[in-house]
Amino acid sequence: MTTAAATTIKARQRPGDRIFSSATLIAGGLILAVLAAVAIFLLVESLPAFIADPGEFSGDTTNFWSYVGPLVFGTIYSAILALIMAVPVAIGIALFISHFAPRKLAQGLGYLVDLLAAVPSVVFGLWGIGVLAPLVQPFYSNLVDWFGWFPPFAGPVSGTGRTIFTVAIVLAVMILPIITAICREIFLQTPLLHEEAALALGATRWEMIRMAVLPFGLPGIISASMLGLGRALGETMAVAMVLSPSREVIFQLLTSQNSNTIASNIALNFPEAHGVGVNILLATGLMLFVVTLLVNMLARTIINSRKAFSGAN
Amino acid sequence: MNFKRFGRPAVIAIAAGLALSSCAANEGATPADDASASTLTGTLNGAGASSMDAAQQAWIAGFQTANTGVTINYEPSGSGGGREAFIAGGTDFAGSDSYMSEEELAGTFASCAPDSKAVDLPVYISPIAVIFNVDGVDELNMDADTLAKIFSGAITTWDDEAIVALNPDATLPSETINAVHRSDDSGTTKNFTDYLGQAAADVWTEKASDTFPFGGEGAKGTSGVVDAVTNGTNMIGYADASQAGSLSTAKLKVGDEFVAYTPEAAAEVVAGSPLVEGRAADDLALDLNRKTTNPAEYPLVLVSYAIVCNEYADPAQGELVKAYIEYIASAAGQTVAEEAAGVAPLTAELEANVAAVLATVK
Repeated sequence: MTTAAATTIKARQRPGDRIFSSATLIAGGLILAVLAAVAIFLLVESLPAFIADPGEFSGDTTNFWSYVGPLVFGTIYSAILALIMAVPVAIGIALFISHFAPRKLAQGLGYLVDLLAAVPSVVFGLWGIGVLAPLVQPFYSNLVDWFGWFPPFAGPVSGTGRTIFTVAIVLAVMILPIITAICREIFLQTPLLHEEAALALGATRWEMIRMAVLPFGLPGIISASMLGLGRALGETMAVAMVLSPSREVIFQLLTSQNSNTIASNIALNFPEAHGVGVNILLATGLMLFVVTLLVNMLARTIINSRKAFSGAN
Repeated sequence: MNFKRFGRPAVIAIAAGLALSSCAANEGATPADDASASTLTGTLNGAGASSMDAAQQAWIAGFQTANTGVTINYEPSGSGGGREAFIAGGTDFAGSDSYMSEEELAGTFASCAPDSKAVDLPVYISPIAVIFNVDGVDELNMDADTLAKIFSGAITTWDDEAIVALNPDATLPSETINAVHRSDDSGTTKNFTDYLGQAAADVWTEKASDTFPFGGEGAKGTSGVVDAVTNGTNMIGYADASQAGSLSTAKLKVGDEFVAYTPEAAAEVVAGSPLVEGRAADDLALDLNRKTTNPAEYPLVLVSYAIVCNEYADPAQGELVKAYIEYIASAAGQTVAEEAAGVAPLTAELEANVAAVLATVK
């Protein structure tokens, strides 16, 4: 590792080495360049929005921050609700496939879950309006009647079921395949020795999973969840179609007034936007960019801090 | 192995054969109907209101069939965007749900000859229906005040005495009203709120805008509103009448009678509305008379304008625009749009007025 050694011994580079290393360099550089190009575009196009005339904002809002605030809230709220619903189910499916199901069934089930990922979001949107919302609406009515004293379930109940809770269910279904696929791969990576050791010590299958598989897979579960969260944060069409939006911060889950998400708001208002209106929408896009970045950084920090205890080393 | 070796080329050959033969069939069909005597050639670019996109596509198809040398593009970029692009000279005409503002008229138009202005021509009338879905109710009468109270949230149940007073024979349930509005910015919302603002000025104090000003249920696009009303319970909403489908539509109180929407009644209110004052004589911007008391008129309509120059910087473009808009505003063009997009055809009088203005365009 001394500098002398580095200068004297120089490996002969074959063409394949050079081509491959420059190919990876280009690939790595390209993603940075694309990201930078998007960020710069958003930043430049957003500038007019921050100093926009109060009259340019629709509704009662008079400045950009009060306009984007409820949208950021709605984006994070719906995505986190989706994550809460999707992650336990995804872990369950992944464990079933990796440790419980007969091999043949496991393979088929794996394909089926992957198939869900290939369904276009418009189809999920149509399914949300046409099937899911009417299906859950009576359930919502009962929930509001019985548990209306609990703030998130307070009324008045939506007559169509097109609420943020329904959106969260749709989003959960959409992010399920990606979380399941990654969890499944991670669980299959659990060292067989760990599993056998646990079983040999008298652990039941559930105890073995709790002691050997889950701790080993925790960083993977977290990064899978973060990938799912990223998709839920940015989902546009399904939310735009299913949600009945308003312009405020609303915690209630079952009313027809719901905080909109950033991506859905852009999709809804871009077709008729002009002038500074376009800049305002792009500036909300910049906020989504920032939110996603923060979420990913948070996830990285969590994974790195947990690695030491995971048993993976 | 043998099958693989010969099978693959055979499959490719068959597939290619099918693809080629289907191509040939297409090509044979196209030049069959180019019996046009038209001498017009060129490309026309327009942009604007998405509401009239379906109609524009039908008009473009009709016009290009008759004039094979002409290519017309219409980009549904929104009314505001369309006017902006036209003023900046990016397009030859604009489609817009609202007429040009005084401010826009005071500026210069890049496509037009120096010192000439642009005019608004009403070419697209679409009635807006109040749609509802309430169990056991097939007919519903509404007046502007009650409608404004429902959509602003002042009336919340179907058996409210204001609604009962208008519908003494109906069995109205004691259920919450779910009022659906457009969640995306839309000219339909602007015309609906304009109607409420004019006809129920005491109740509806918000100014007309593309964005719905109150809460309630929101849905994306006309189809979204129609879906929400269809699938929900105790629903009411507003949508372009052509898209209302099998839903029941409410009658609006005009004068002393309740008027159901018909294309004729919608065209009638437009024909009966005065021109906006203080504009050039050939600018046909309409001050829609939403407060009409004539029961032959249905006041809840959306009117879109074609915005064209009085005189084009390039006379050849002027010829093209003139021919195209003349076709749009003709009886034939209106019939095409009625079939394709459910518009209410212009009355003969309005058609003549538009044609008279177009005759001066160059």
